[in-house]
Amino acid sequence: MKFSVTVTLKKDVLDPQGKVVSQTLKNMGMSNLKQVRQGKFFEIDLNEKDDSKAHMQIKEMCEKLLANQIIEDFKISKKE
Amino acid sequence: MKSSVIVFPGSNCDRDVAVALEKLQFKNSMIWHKETVLPESDLIVVPGGFSYGDYLRSGAIAAKSNILNEVIKAGKKGSLILGICNGFQILIECGLLKGALLRNSGLKFISRDIFVKIQSNKNKFFNKYKINEILKLNIAHNEGNFFTNNEHLKELEDNDLIPIKYCDGDGKVNSVSNPNGSLNNIAGIFNKNKNILGMMPHPERMADKICSDEDGLPLFLSLMN
Repeated sequence: MKFSVTVTLKKDVLDPQGKVVSQTLKNMGMSNLKQVRQGKFFEIDLNEKDDSKAHMQIKEMCEKLLANQIIEDFKISKKE
Repeated sequence: MKSSVIVFPGSNCDRDVAVALEKLQFKNSMIWHKETVLPESDLIVVPGGFSYGDYLRSGAIAAKSNILNEVIKAGKKGSLILGICNGFQILIECGLLKGALLRNSGLKFISRDIFVKIQSNKNKFFNKYKINEILKLNIAHNEGNFFTNNEHLKELEDNDLIPIKYCDGDGKVNSVSNPNGSLNNIAGIFNKNKNILGMMPHPERMADKICSDEDGLPLFLSLMN
């Protein structure tokens, strides 16, 4: 079962890298750009057939290691 | 006094801190991260460096190592723990300290001498300093921008848990004297019981006049007090 996890900085946490990327894109002429937030992406392949068990396990991975919940949010999605 | 310095792949300030401790006659042991037993120690140091190449988040991987389970147990029992730089990041990642260390606001790795001002000396780590004393220490980090939520910040402020703040040579604590964007110029924090200290500046790099200066030495002397 394959999952993808996206970890992004919370809304009120300063994202200096995102800011620089955003400024650079604006300098490249993307004038309608509103905001860029930079994050991390994980592709996780799990040896598990039970959907809800797998989901719980990925959530545990996020909470315990992949994201620092003081500053980051995570989003899990299942890949078909 | 007995001390243990934890060593991870990528630690690079472990020897410096051992030299500073041994100078003051601490009986020090170097403990590899794979060990599962921690010798009885009055002080545990989690040193600076780049454990596991800063993969995932600085300190995140080291925080899950064997020996950290023992460090966490010792910390909860009240042992003195000092986390310097990457050690501070590891103490946050393993949950002994709260908050987060974000990328420096200027997006640059900073390696230079800075000043900090003593905010609190009624604790085991800074009792040899005076309140408002200005120290010259060294920082060398890419992720030292301390951040936390309002609730934790209030807890830190109300309980005297912020012992040092970045300042300039005259002791001014403001955005100009803030090297990395840390919330309220915070350079180090305690846990609630003040037995665990995390700090970004390196006291061990200012523990000998021949190499640099001695402003960091009273910290190690405080621990013996």
